Amino acid sequence: MRPPENLKYTKEHEWVRIEADGVVTVGITHFAQDALGDVVYAETPKVGAHFAAGAEIGVVESVKAVSDIYTPVTGEVVEVNVSLDDAPETINESPYEDGWFVKIKLDNTSELDGLMDAEAYMEFCS
Amino acid sequence: MSELKKVPLHDRMVAAGGRMVEFAGYSMPVQFAGIKEEHHAVRNGVGLFDVSHMGEVFFKGPGAIDAVDRLMTNDPKKLQNSQAMYTAMCNESGGIIDDLVVYRLADDEVMVCVNASRREADFAHMKQMQSSDVEVIDRSDEFAQLALQGPKSESLLAGLVDFELGELGFFHIRNAKIGSVSVMISRTGYTGEDGFEIYIPRDHAGQIWDALIEKGASPCGLGCRDTLRLEARMLLYGQDISESTNPIEAGLAWVTKLERDTAFIGKPALLRLQEEGPRRRLRGFVLQERGVIRPGYLVYEHAEGGDPMGEITSGTFSPTLEQSIGLGYVDVACADLSELYIDIRGRRSRALVTRKPFYKRSK
Repeated sequence: MRPPENLKYTKEHEWVRIEADGVVTVGITHFAQDALGDVVYAETPKVGAHFAAGAEIGVVESVKAVSDIYTPVTGEVVEVNVSLDDAPETINESPYEDGWFVKIKLDNTSELDGLMDAEAYMEFCS
Repeated sequence: MSELKKVPLHDRMVAAGGRMVEFAGYSMPVQFAGIKEEHHAVRNGVGLFDVSHMGEVFFKGPGAIDAVDRLMTNDPKKLQNSQAMYTAMCNESGGIIDDLVVYRLADDEVMVCVNASRREADFAHMKQMQSSDVEVIDRSDEFAQLALQGPKSESLLAGLVDFELGELGFFHIRNAKIGSVSVMISRTGYTGEDGFEIYIPRDHAGQIWDALIEKGASPCGLGCRDTLRLEARMLLYGQDISESTNPIEAGLAWVTKLERDTAFIGKPALLRLQEEGPRRRLRGFVLQERGVIRPGYLVYEHAEGGDPMGEITSGTFSPTLEQSIGLGYVDVACADLSELYIDIRGRRSRALVTRKPFYKRSK
């Protein structure tokens, strides 16, 4: 599956969507969910928590493995995807849309410059 | 991957979409459609596993059953021809060299099915029984082994074999033909479901795999094999048991027949262990909070404070129960408690303690 062109990507297989208001949405990529297999549990951070880029903000567990989720950007968590509590499998079914993980209000938009575009990420995964 | 051994059906596994991983030195599929989907296929329908990495050691000659009897904790002399039993095989200190299934094929022939990771250690240990009246032969490379498992396995297999499948009892084995291929079929498995294990001459495994898939069996990988066996509370060698664990603490007293006359290897040590009582016991855990139990997690008596009282050896998310389950050893001081706490990534989560299987099929 080709990664969507409108997102940015990290080497840890998170994706970032830049929203209009200085907020980004973060999730894990199709590649990451496919490697994990059936996701059975997602632990999201608290709204209001502040994290530095690279910090661990949550966990995704599949039947066979556990995987940490890191924030690629510095900022405050303004929303978490609470529907993952009851339906963690959404991460498998819709990694780039309904299976999003958190929304973060950026401290510094220039951090986005270090992320990969779809082309670079696809090359990274191959 | 190039150094890994390949099972006879390796190319078929890859073609069927198998995600290959290293297991016990073999390249094996961890999943095809997905662990949960395959798990439910076995619980509700029928799944097919290539378990050709398992080994087959034969004891041949008039002394065959006596030789096997001196190796095993269970009582193989109780076996009639065509019967099988689950047993442990111990070293002199009572440590478990392997857990295996013994098949009495005839008065003078016994087949022992061993774990892939233990094949060489087992054979070296068994070989010491070789004498003028019994030959011990590792025939693992001659056989492929398929496990057809699930409530619909009998009806699926029925049309393919040359005998009335209903006559094959649980833990029995017989010679049969599938098409023109001579095989051995046993009513055994590692999933907690009704099912069959089929021992096939290596070169003919492909056509039998194809026939079973064509009839509707779902290809299954090691991932769901692990979730299925753990729900049925079947032990995994190398995780739940090893040479540093013994059958008494592992809950294998039911296959450890210390009262019998045979001076089997490990018996004096096991008698001593039984008399002294084990220091730890294997227990089952059902997590009462969100999260997943994993091997290596520590077990505590209380929600806060105190030293660890145990460690998880197997843990996963149970697709049937839709909660996390696990096995682990706990200090005898805590072994009779109904609740314990498991440290999951720095947070202690409450778990119910059980000695029973997590899942038992309805007959």
